[in-house]
Amino acid sequence: MTYADKYEMVCGVETHVEMATKTKIFCGCSTEFGGEQNTHVCPVCLGLPGVLPVLNREVVNLAIKAGLALNCEIADFSKFDRKNYYYPDLPKNYQTSQYDLPICKNGWLEISVDESKKRIGITRAHMEEDAGKLVHSGETITTSHSSGVDYNRTGVPLLEIVSEPDMRSIEEVLAYLEELVQIMEYAGISDCKMEQGSVRFDVNVSLRLKGRSKFGTRTETKNLNSFNSVRRCLEYELERQADILDEGGTIAQETRTWDEGKGMTLSLRSKEEAHDYRYFPEPDLVPLVIDRDWVEGIRAAMPELPSAKRLRLQSLGLSEYDAKVITSSKTMADYFDKALEKYHDAKTLANWVMGDLSGLLKANSCSFEDSPVTPVQLAGLLSLIQKGEISGKIGKTVIEEIYKTGKDSEIIVKEKGLIQISDEGALEKIMEEIISANPKSVADYQAGKENAIGFLVGQMMKATKGQANPGLVNKMLKERLSQ
Amino acid sequence: MEVFNKTIDDLHTLLVEKEISCTELTRGYLKHIRQSEEKVRAFLTVTEDMALAVAAKVDKKIANQESIGILEGLPTALKDNMCTEGIKTTCGSRILRNFVPPYNATVTEKLQEAGAVLLGKLNMDEFAMGSSTENSGFFPTANPWDVERVPGGSSGGSAASVAAGEVPFSLGSDTGGSIRQPAAFCGVVGLKPTYGAVSRYGLVAFASSLDQIGPITKTVRDNALVLNAIAGHDPKDTTSVPFHKPDYTQFLENDVQGLKIGIPKEFFGRGLQPEVEKVVRQAIVTLADLGAEIEECSLPHMEYAMPTYYIIAPAECSSNLARYDGVRYGYRAEAEDMIDMFKNTRAEGFGQEVKRRIMLGTYALSSGYYDAYYLKAQKVRTLIKQDFDQVFGKYDVLVSPTAPTPAYKIGEISDPLAIYMGDVYTIPVNLAGLPAISLPAGFVGGLPVGMQLIGKHFGEGILYRTAYAFEQNTGYHREVPAWIKEVG
Ligand SMILES: [Zn+2]
Repeated sequence: MTYADKYEMVCGVETHVEMATKTKIFCGCSTEFGGEQNTHVCPVCLGLPGVLPVLNREVVNLAIKAGLALNCEIADFSKFDRKNYYYPDLPKNYQTSQYDLPICKNGWLEISVDESKKRIGITRAHMEEDAGKLVHSGETITTSHSSGVDYNRTGVPLLEIVSEPDMRSIEEVLAYLEELVQIMEYAGISDCKMEQGSVRFDVNVSLRLKGRSKFGTRTETKNLNSFNSVRRCLEYELERQADILDEGGTIAQETRTWDEGKGMTLSLRSKEEAHDYRYFPEPDLVPLVIDRDWVEGIRAAMPELPSAKRLRLQSLGLSEYDAKVITSSKTMADYFDKALEKYHDAKTLANWVMGDLSGLLKANSCSFEDSPVTPVQLAGLLSLIQKGEISGKIGKTVIEEIYKTGKDSEIIVKEKGLIQISDEGALEKIMEEIISANPKSVADYQAGKENAIGFLVGQMMKATKGQANPGLVNKMLKERLSQ
Repeated sequence: MEVFNKTIDDLHTLLVEKEISCTELTRGYLKHIRQSEEKVRAFLTVTEDMALAVAAKVDKKIANQESIGILEGLPTALKDNMCTEGIKTTCGSRILRNFVPPYNATVTEKLQEAGAVLLGKLNMDEFAMGSSTENSGFFPTANPWDVERVPGGSSGGSAASVAAGEVPFSLGSDTGGSIRQPAAFCGVVGLKPTYGAVSRYGLVAFASSLDQIGPITKTVRDNALVLNAIAGHDPKDTTSVPFHKPDYTQFLENDVQGLKIGIPKEFFGRGLQPEVEKVVRQAIVTLADLGAEIEECSLPHMEYAMPTYYIIAPAECSSNLARYDGVRYGYRAEAEDMIDMFKNTRAEGFGQEVKRRIMLGTYALSSGYYDAYYLKAQKVRTLIKQDFDQVFGKYDVLVSPTAPTPAYKIGEISDPLAIYMGDVYTIPVNLAGLPAISLPAGFVGGLPVGMQLIGKHFGEGILYRTAYAFEQNTGYHREVPAWIKEVG
């Protein structure tokens, strides 16, 4: 028995997305990931005495863009506030964030689970600065003899996107996260490099008896940084809550943390121990006034979002499933679109992109972005197959060659002599040899065993090292054997 | 050569006419500082070597027949809450006693560009919290007019150094009166510019929405010359306003004919020492005699200015001062773990007044109290602004005492509330973001009394005009404490 037999889960997620600006939110330092510790810093992001923040306009542009992509209202008047708490990774011991007047609110995005579609509400999205990173000499802060702080990440712009508690299953949560991350990637808000921690999730979840309308007491698990962690965390947390409820206990409203190694959530602080952040308006920044022209300018330049792209691909003949697979990664979708400009059979292209090319890239741990087979090269290869100059089977060899050498398919085909033999005269001699060497198959075919011809075609292909045009061979054999 | 009584114009002429080299001038002031500091103790740091290096450059320029700016080669000093690259900036606090900023405040840069020669950094109440400079984490500064008395604060070092002739001009900062009140106590001219007229970048924040840097000088003209150098929009401070900066000396007309001057009655109430009132009333008569139209007016919400200020300023300070935790710079106390390190650092590093205000502010912002305190205070602040807007529909300038008393004795007042009351006439101006100037208006028992002129937003010009006319027709700015003449 699982929790789902008796209870319904209610889940909302806060997502922190690092925005893809070149410079930080309040200073001119680089946002580049990595880099030697404390090299992307200046007096402003180090919070030295006397410094003042200057809001990076590009951050506002991206926040507006994100808001529009999530169907939010963009506030005409918004402001920053200080969230006060002490931690060594926070140079000013307050985080400049947005409290009661966020830049975006009241939006939604659509998910589809098991063929059914559902809107998940977006309560708000606001801009804030990221904190630095503690570097412990030991495993954790409590077991370390000393800790250092790397402030490179301090002041990297974040967008915090808060969903409504609209999700009722782990599948819905994952569908929401996948869709959200895709939208952020497609709209160019973030590069969404999960492995670099550029997207982090706080998951609020509670259980209620099925049929009840009142929400149960929720817990918030902070700082999950992959879909898989979210899934595992929810699986654990829901069972934990169900066990407590089953025994007649009550859930403590608290903040929890996810231990990836142990695969369990642990209590971080109770409601009573919750921080009083003492929010108040940031006096060092003037309020942000956004006029309609600003918003409309960004709306007009909005790139195609995943949902629109999926519909377009379906209209080109792809199945819903294929469209979903292609758009699941922006780099794959971009690759697909570039190749599509040169090669117009979307269905065949999709098969190659999802099949052979994906396989090659995966085997070499390479991304579509860095694919040695360029979209134009793939389109060229598919055109050769379409024109009948090489067979699909030879194509599979050619794509590997392109991958290895970077040469265009025409050159590879020429150099390796892979051009398809479509000359009946050339094939006739080989056909006669195959017929006389395989009298049994010939007899079978002539006795009515239609599929015996497959064997003979195979023999022809083998004899020509795959270069024979299989359609032509088939046709020739049928004509010859029915004489 | 005597340096203590020279104006900016005097000194500029001396340099241009080559009657004295910049190096000689600098050495002259450094010598005067050495002698005068035995009594005054206005400086926390004297930057002799750096000053002489800058002076040598100016001398080279003069020798090459290059023209020099009005402040070029002139000595100055900064309140120790303005960042100076490579020079200790302590904010008068033990917690920053060894802090050397890696960058310059915008005002520091502007004075450098103007060619001024920085002689050092000036004492202040810790983090600008106080009205007597007794809250300095290092030592109190004395009032040059009576070295047993306070120079006022928090820019006590800035006012005392100018009054003692140690520098011809200095910069102070004013959050609730911290330029004007010490200027009044020390008999010098101090301007708090309109909020947003001077960049706060590099000014170590006390209360961000109230802080403003301004000049402290011996004369009104000097003040306008220094404001010319430091005012203006700064892209590094988004609260600084892009406004058309005039040449402030153009307002220095000896003429107040027809000027409409309002006398807010709330600034002459309970707590104002009668002798001080007499001096200020006499000064108003002088302005009337010069042709200004004088009329009593009212700012009904002024009685709430003090409580409002003591919510907003501590609230902002509680957050602004959170960064002093021993992690990155400044003093760090020993402790077993991180939390205790924070606690001990702040317990040992901050003085009593700073701790008091951090606690007040933390409380006012706490969940459950925010609406009753901080939010309410912001609403009252709006009412106070509206009061001023209303009277400025009718008057060009408001006149009041700068402080209810002249300088008191060091150690004389220990009740913080009594000290807070000393800023009762200056605080409303910060809450409204207006410009105001304090200038010498007379003496009580040998101690200077200051008169405050309050103007509209970006109305510094009319303040200078009024102050200049008064100054030219009275001459209190020429008075110097007797002992300074002996020091020379
Ligand atoms: Zn920076």
